[in-house]
Amino acid sequence: MKPFTFKIGGPAGSGISSVGLIFSKMAARSGYRTFDYMEYPSIVRGGHNVMQVGVSADPVLAPLKSTDFLVALDQETVDRHSGEMTDQGILVYDLDKKITVDKAPAGAVAIGLPLSTTAKWTGGDVIMRNIVALGAAVYLLGGELSYLQDLLAEQFAKKDPSILVKNQAAAKAGYAYAQEHFKTAAAKRLNPQVKISPVIVVDGNEAAALGAVAAGMQFAAIYPMTPTSDIISVLAPLQKEFSFIYKQPEDEIAAINMIIGASFAGARVMTATSGGGFALMSEGLGLAGMTETPLVIIMGQRSGPATGLPTWTEQGDARFVLHAHQSSFPRIVLAPGDANEVFHLTMQAFNLADKYQTPVIILVDKHVCECHQSLPPFDYSSYKIDRGKFTTKKIADYKRYELSPDGISLRAPAGSGNHVIANSDEHNTTGYSTEESLDRREQMEKRMQKLITCAQEDMPAPALYGPKQADLTIVSWGSNKGAILTAIKDFPNVNFLHLTWLSPFPTEEVARVLKTAKKVLNVENNYDAQVGSLIAEKTGLILEHNFLKYDGRPIYPEEIIAKITELL
Amino acid sequence: MNKYNLLTPNTCNWCPGCGNFGIWSALERAALQAGWDNSNTALVAGIGCHGHIVNFIKLTTFEGLHGRPIPVASGVKMANHKLNVFVLTGDGDCLSEGGNHFIHAARRNQNMTVIIHDNAIYGLTTGQTSPRSPRGFKSKSTPDGNIEEPIHPLRLALSAGATFLARVYSGDIQALADILIKANNHDGLAVIQVLQPCVTFNKEYTHIFYQENMYALDENYDPSDKAAAFAKTMEWGEKKIPVGIIYEAQEPSYESRMSQLKKQALVAGGAKKRDISALLKSYA
Repeated sequence: MKPFTFKIGGPAGSGISSVGLIFSKMAARSGYRTFDYMEYPSIVRGGHNVMQVGVSADPVLAPLKSTDFLVALDQETVDRHSGEMTDQGILVYDLDKKITVDKAPAGAVAIGLPLSTTAKWTGGDVIMRNIVALGAAVYLLGGELSYLQDLLAEQFAKKDPSILVKNQAAAKAGYAYAQEHFKTAAAKRLNPQVKISPVIVVDGNEAAALGAVAAGMQFAAIYPMTPTSDIISVLAPLQKEFSFIYKQPEDEIAAINMIIGASFAGARVMTATSGGGFALMSEGLGLAGMTETPLVIIMGQRSGPATGLPTWTEQGDARFVLHAHQSSFPRIVLAPGDANEVFHLTMQAFNLADKYQTPVIILVDKHVCECHQSLPPFDYSSYKIDRGKFTTKKIADYKRYELSPDGISLRAPAGSGNHVIANSDEHNTTGYSTEESLDRREQMEKRMQKLITCAQEDMPAPALYGPKQADLTIVSWGSNKGAILTAIKDFPNVNFLHLTWLSPFPTEEVARVLKTAKKVLNVENNYDAQVGSLIAEKTGLILEHNFLKYDGRPIYPEEIIAKITELL
Repeated sequence: MNKYNLLTPNTCNWCPGCGNFGIWSALERAALQAGWDNSNTALVAGIGCHGHIVNFIKLTTFEGLHGRPIPVASGVKMANHKLNVFVLTGDGDCLSEGGNHFIHAARRNQNMTVIIHDNAIYGLTTGQTSPRSPRGFKSKSTPDGNIEEPIHPLRLALSAGATFLARVYSGDIQALADILIKANNHDGLAVIQVLQPCVTFNKEYTHIFYQENMYALDENYDPSDKAAAFAKTMEWGEKKIPVGIIYEAQEPSYESRMSQLKKQALVAGGAKKRDISALLKSYA
């Protein structure tokens, strides 16, 4: 069944994101699966904010273009979004704001409610009109008011108790007003299900931070940058309880150099950033490659170049991340497609960084970072920490960069009693600077061997969803996974190859699948098909059909469906 | 341990007479006296002539990127605050490429020592003006004379919050060794400006220049007086280069303010898988 889409819009600063998340959690606690998506400008006040929540009994994997239930706190929300409404859609708007709704589709039910006056009268402040609206929506969708009241209690647990009382009064008033004026719920989309399994509601940032904590991360240095700033919001309050350090550095250059230093001292380390910050980290990235220092970097893409569209999504940094820094060194680049994959790949990234003693980049984007998804609680019971060839003991005749067939040398941290040298100059097996031809070749080959070893020992084949034989094979990577899986549900003759490993690259398996495919469609959220060209480079296959988007918006299932229909 | 334990098989490649020899000798002398070894000490160097020290001293060293030794050292210190951590950096490395890190290290007040090898020139790139070169200084990059004001690193560090400041001439090996030990014992960020002549490219700030123009701060000088310290950092020029401990204040170090480090070093227990099941419940 098609997910039901709830959407609330209003001026920035009117609590759109908090109400949206409460709605997600309320639906999740009522036994539904959810996926939410927020659009907002890069400003704190003013401008237009809108958040949508997809709700269904089955997993929801992507936002849809259509809206079933729209809450408009201002005229702009009606103007921008009423056109997306489904035929029998419901439009709830603030009567006190002189909003005209004649642009709404003919079949839609427009319900004006005195949101502002009710908020003022019950909560004492117009700011709570979002909560009044939420209370009304709960009634109109057949939901449980007590679930909303519980969530408000959790949200305001640490605030002055009077704030909770006011918010709960506002929620109740909204519910009661709708109940009094509309005898039955308009659509039973929130009524609690009979069987409710436990779920968590998380976004990619939270999944990355939680994965890092579970994987034993000891030191994180992160300079704030959208869309990964919220990793800081998760980590900073947890550092005392879990005995790690979150450090806010002076810039991204310091961030990566600090984690390099902490890793040199033996800690499991991470940083997070976006394209602009990653540009500053480029020199440190190569330093980690040269000194064979394990690092995990969460790299959340947004529209660029330069400041670009700071709060919008894109996959335009794949090539940048794959090639940043001069010369060649091994880097592992993983591109998880949803919050669950972010959690597990982040945990694995710490093991891979330690095993291969090199940077591991988790390449995500605003879409994965900031969309919450309801999921069964992460199961990481089978995870084991693997620090690879690492010792804190004193070793006779220790050589940091000793040659070995797999390319990996024994790593000892500073303070282990060993004479440890990390040298950004080319070095010999001990670590002393050298410019000899043989040393250079041996060390270069040793470092690059690690990527070959990694491909053999750790890289899985990419997932192929749908039938083995199909009339059309879609290939894509990262966060497009959800939209594509949603789209191909209705096409039994279409399959989907999802890439999560970009470096090392699963050349053989990608070539095998794509060479036998009848027709291939490459889908990317960037201008120049960056992974499509990578596929061409690795396999020799030029992908003719591309669906490319670069307007800051995620790829919608409806767009994939249209493209499939065109090609079949 | 004796001085042979600190020797490496490599031939030193600094120019004969280079001020770096004095720093190297003083560091060895202090290490032997204070017991700094590979179980308790880490050096972090930048790029420039000073950075070659990684090849000449058998102490655990990270030789990083130009301008970036301070953040690397910050990370080492936070991960294992039991280590004696020394930053070896040049004036170009520390004050030009790494100027932002220097300011923030001072306000962070981590318990580590920054040794500025100050030769007031870019030596490794064969002689360009540095942020320490005086006005009017002629070099490959300023053939008509430098028109910019030099940075005064101790004044900068003092205003940014550093709690131990010293200046020493690299030829005075015993004084430098003594100050290195004092700086390391100081609980907070220590900055040592080492006047280190570049005999090949800097014909102004020579060994003779420093020997003739510096004067030692005597017992009448009170290094805990911040205003007096500021006044001292304003002095520079003929017969007016004070050397010794210019400022010393007791302020809690960064590490002492972190409750995570109260019991043991961050890395002491090793990386452990953590149970986040209670945490996950808060996302329901």
